[in-house]
Amino acid sequence: MNYINSDLKVVGTRPIRPDGVDKVTGRALFSADTRASGMLWGKILRSPHAHARILSIDTSKAEALKGVQAVITSADFPNIASEEAFVGEGPMNFRDLSLNIMARGKVLYEGHALAAVAATSPAIAEAALALIDVTYEVLPHVIDVDDAMKDGAPVLHDDMFTAGVNPKPTTPSNIAKVVTFKKGDIDAGFAEAEVIFEDSYTTKPVHQAYIEPHACLASYNPDGQVTIHASSQGHFMIRAYTAKLLGLDMANIRVNPAEIGGGFGGKTLIYLEPVAVALSRKSGKPVKMQMSREDVFRGSGPTSGASVTVKLGAKKDGTIVAAQQVLKFQAGAFAGSPIGPGCMCGFAMYDIPNVDVLGYDVVSNRPKVAAYRAPGAPISSFAVECAVDDLARKLGMDPLVLREKNAVVNGSKTHYGVSHTNIGYKQVLDATRAHPHWKAPLAEGHGRGLAVGFWFNIGGESSATVHINEDGTVMVATGSPDIGGSRASMGMMTAEVLGIPVSKVRTIVADTASIGFTFLTGGSRVTFATGMAVTQAAEKVVEQLKARAAQTWDIPVDAVEWQDGKAVPAGTNAGAFEPLDLAAIAAKQGRTGGPINAEVSVNAQGAGAGFGAHICDVAVDKETGKVEIVRYTAIQDVGKAIHPSYVEGQIQGGAVQGIGWALSEEYIYNDKGQMDNPGFLDYRCPVASDLPMIEAVLVEVPNPRHPFGARGVGEVPIIPPMAAISNAIKGATGLRMPDLPMSPPKVRAAIDAAG
Amino acid sequence: MSKSHVTTTINGEAAEFLCETQQTMLDVLRDVVGLTGAKEGCASGDCGACSILVDGTLVCSCLMLGVEAEGKSITTIEGIAQGDQLHPIQQKFLEHAALQCGFCTPGLIVATKALLDENPNPTETEARYWLAGNLCRCTGYDKVIRAVMDAAAVMRGETV
Repeated sequence: MNYINSDLKVVGTRPIRPDGVDKVTGRALFSADTRASGMLWGKILRSPHAHARILSIDTSKAEALKGVQAVITSADFPNIASEEAFVGEGPMNFRDLSLNIMARGKVLYEGHALAAVAATSPAIAEAALALIDVTYEVLPHVIDVDDAMKDGAPVLHDDMFTAGVNPKPTTPSNIAKVVTFKKGDIDAGFAEAEVIFEDSYTTKPVHQAYIEPHACLASYNPDGQVTIHASSQGHFMIRAYTAKLLGLDMANIRVNPAEIGGGFGGKTLIYLEPVAVALSRKSGKPVKMQMSREDVFRGSGPTSGASVTVKLGAKKDGTIVAAQQVLKFQAGAFAGSPIGPGCMCGFAMYDIPNVDVLGYDVVSNRPKVAAYRAPGAPISSFAVECAVDDLARKLGMDPLVLREKNAVVNGSKTHYGVSHTNIGYKQVLDATRAHPHWKAPLAEGHGRGLAVGFWFNIGGESSATVHINEDGTVMVATGSPDIGGSRASMGMMTAEVLGIPVSKVRTIVADTASIGFTFLTGGSRVTFATGMAVTQAAEKVVEQLKARAAQTWDIPVDAVEWQDGKAVPAGTNAGAFEPLDLAAIAAKQGRTGGPINAEVSVNAQGAGAGFGAHICDVAVDKETGKVEIVRYTAIQDVGKAIHPSYVEGQIQGGAVQGIGWALSEEYIYNDKGQMDNPGFLDYRCPVASDLPMIEAVLVEVPNPRHPFGARGVGEVPIIPPMAAISNAIKGATGLRMPDLPMSPPKVRAAIDAAG
Repeated sequence: MSKSHVTTTINGEAAEFLCETQQTMLDVLRDVVGLTGAKEGCASGDCGACSILVDGTLVCSCLMLGVEAEGKSITTIEGIAQGDQLHPIQQKFLEHAALQCGFCTPGLIVATKALLDENPNPTETEARYWLAGNLCRCTGYDKVIRAVMDAAAVMRGETV
């Protein structure tokens, strides 16, 4: 059914989330908050070198330390073959993941795990790590993406032959893959152009910086059954990786989803779970592991840093006729940067006849990258949105007018082959033009920047069950970890379909043994895909409720309607019966046919792309180079906001992560290839005093493929901020800052260089 | 190594524990006392997820030793609610949807309590600077600050 034009009573309101009290009282159990009887503490030994051959690992002294019950290395894991894994977000390979969680033969980055210990206390485990003797042959390393692509660069993998080029190279390199997208005739496009703008941009790797470090508690029983408690963006993902990396049956692994303390893409792959299971297997005891913040920075994946060039050609009237982009993404130590989405998203907002995009996926001696909110798109869009802004200046056009003039509409074909359908981009631009912020006068010395962003959003596999309790209250279970309020939205959609107050519905996240397969929480898919499963399950329940009423009244089921939580006869011909509410039917379910419940699994398609536009005002301190965000407005088509507060929260949080990416966050390496700032003091995330309020403007253009019209909202808001801020700085100072982060030293240097 | 015996008060109740001298108060709370509301986000005093009150003063419990609790009065997130009633700060965090994942929330609420105990009528800027030691990666702080300002108004008796 479709409820898009219905009179909605629950969807669109702002109830208190069902898991809220647990989270404001400290009762919610996150990954590191559970214990097991007789458990040990596991810790990981990490490489101090950026690139080295492991000549030997001697664990005997560590094993001899009192309290140590297991020490493992890669020898305790099967050496698995290369195999593509469709388990997480973005490209992944089981062999790479195996090598990433426990190095075999070589360490490929500072922080690469190469041994692990389980002991009776964290202090003993830590002491044991220091007793493991490793001899290394240190190899030359390479950190920067452009350096890694040069001839003669240290090669990380001697079996890496660039994919996507013809003929396939015969010598290995650090270029894992080349991606190209072409539309029209790029040379003819530039020949036709009257104004051309071209520039180069760089971005640094930034970490998702979820405040909860990775942690897990694993127990391997002597009969081979495994229980894992862990937070992640997908407990089925943990099961799949753990089974493959240890050669176990999935049926023997049960993963309980702990509350997750942020992920943003960074918990769509795993680091600890197979290690903890292997330690538990070897020691015979449950093992708890928890990363330190330093481990998180050094050993888990940030998103790519990149070098990008953009060339735009336009007619004098502002019609963009040619667009070219080259993107070089750092993948970290293993192939798999988000180069694909990077190549897709930069120009996806523009209807341009001739487009040429070339992308490189490049390995270097850094931690393997992980997904981070709209993986790849923020990097690509930073470059494109800065270039479009400068093109507007060159054309003497208002930057919003230039975007409006070239905006995609329904039916516009993208350079990656997909045509836009059911998009709300025009409505977003209209809302931008109409917003008071866009019209507000600028204070002296301030600058205003605009940038837009696009993310395609995904659907995929989700399962949900709806159970009617004997008293007419309702349980909803899904397989989607609740990372930002999805229990609330799932409960709300169920309550809406059943016609009952949301307070009568409780939602849980069920473990891998208790619900059908559900793909991970990522790609902005949960409200869309899992919401679809929940809605369909609730509708199946309504059909059963109607059938029970029909049976009670002894009339045909199609003579019964479900209205406001009650079965009623469909018109006077159906007969005169008092309505039967949910509680009345539930109370008699045992006598009318048994328990009333439904489970639905979907593979949801038609996610509905998201578009956003951000307006940012900045003040630049010319003495210190500090950029202050004075006012910030984020406008986005969200389809339909199920719980508007949590939709606004996604937009505000995403925008602020983008502000951090723009102004202060970066991995800083020394000449040994070691990260110099693996802590929150020196890796500077935005804090409350850095920011103004972030105004989130919800534009609702319903997605007809979702029962309530929802689109994913979590990814788009991190895409525009970097360019919006760079464009605002240009407005304030006349200077283009093409390199992220636009930190005070860089801004000050640019001001000085300009005299 | 022998453990130290510590006599203290936790959330208004007399408490005793044994801890190793190098154990942080955060580790003692979580692993010895069994209060897991305070979280470890960094163990270096940079994220505020482990915030507690020690004799009313806001402290990162990861920067304090367990033995330093001797004779002190400790308040953790588990002691903020008043009996079966949520504290107004907790209630306003819920009403304003000032949490997404909820991991930083205990620390933010404890830090807000310390702020409002000291300054019942903060400006938005004062609230932002006071909470600058509490990292939240989900919310962008907008709804957090609104919850804090609203809770302050309720505690001053201006609104409900």
